[in-house]
Amino acid sequence: MEEFFHMGGYAAYVWTVYALGVVVPLALAVHSIADYGRQARLVEALESEAGGRIRRAARPEQDR
Amino acid sequence: MSPMTSLSASQRLQAFANPARFMALSARLLAPLWVVSLGLLCVGLYYALVASPPDYQQGETVRIMYVHVPSAWLAMFGYSLMAAASAVALIFRHPLADLCAKSAAPIGAAFTFLALVTGALWGKPMWGAWWVWDARLTSVLILFFLYLGYMALWAAIEEPARAARAAAVLALVGAINVPIIRYSVVWWNTLHQPASVFRMDGPTIAPEMLLPLALMALGFTFFFVTLLLVRMRAEILRHRVRTLRLARAAASAED
Repeated sequence: MEEFFHMGGYAAYVWTVYALGVVVPLALAVHSIADYGRQARLVEALESEAGGRIRRAARPEQDR
Repeated sequence: MSPMTSLSASQRLQAFANPARFMALSARLLAPLWVVSLGLLCVGLYYALVASPPDYQQGETVRIMYVHVPSAWLAMFGYSLMAAASAVALIFRHPLADLCAKSAAPIGAAFTFLALVTGALWGKPMWGAWWVWDARLTSVLILFFLYLGYMALWAAIEEPARAARAAAVLALVGAINVPIIRYSVVWWNTLHQPASVFRMDGPTIAPEMLLPLALMALGFTFFFVTLLLVRMRAEILRHRVRTLRLARAAASAED
């Protein structure tokens, strides 16, 4: 186990690479999902504020 | 028979082009895409860190390759996708093409950043230098700046339609850099090693190293596509927010 973490003396390089390989994509994923949530809440707030009149005008393709 | 099938194929494409249908379809795809990408990455990490041998020359530092090489591939894939979507947006006015290009940029930039930094962390122990002005390294650094410039252009122009056009032109001009990156290791014989997987005469990499590399590359590619869908969905909502705000402003002006 100790040998595994030692990485043949290159632990600092190898583990930094893998830490970045997890952190960078994870940060981007968290940011993207948070942005989606923010936009979804904005749409909901604007639609409920506007009521039916503007919703129909703004979303002609969404008529159900 | 073939006119029928091509008609239905183009109809399918048109259905996908409708933002409302895209929202419905992508909502169904997201959960399985997350499972597949995270699953591939978990198995890939196991093979990359545990179930693969050290290199006879590079020792354990060869494991850096399993993050570095897929990141570099996706850096190029992201830009190629961005340029292709920009071309579609300029030529066919496809309503989702601009959103696709805009959404791909930050993901591509993140993988380019990852490729550059992991390359430095591999270069230091193996070449003795964090950075050299080698043709491959320099052209990838330019790729990173192209991504940043593209995103800055989107941010700088207020009107989305104008921003999209300007950014699409920049993406297409910068596309010349992609083949330069690909062939930089052939045209200029410098420090960075040439391709060992995508070669005319087949891969020269050892099979026990090809497996973790392929798993990580596939996992990161699925992750890229998943995140692209999440970001495109956010862009569609952003567009709807803008439309609703304009409608509200117009309504209050009427009153």
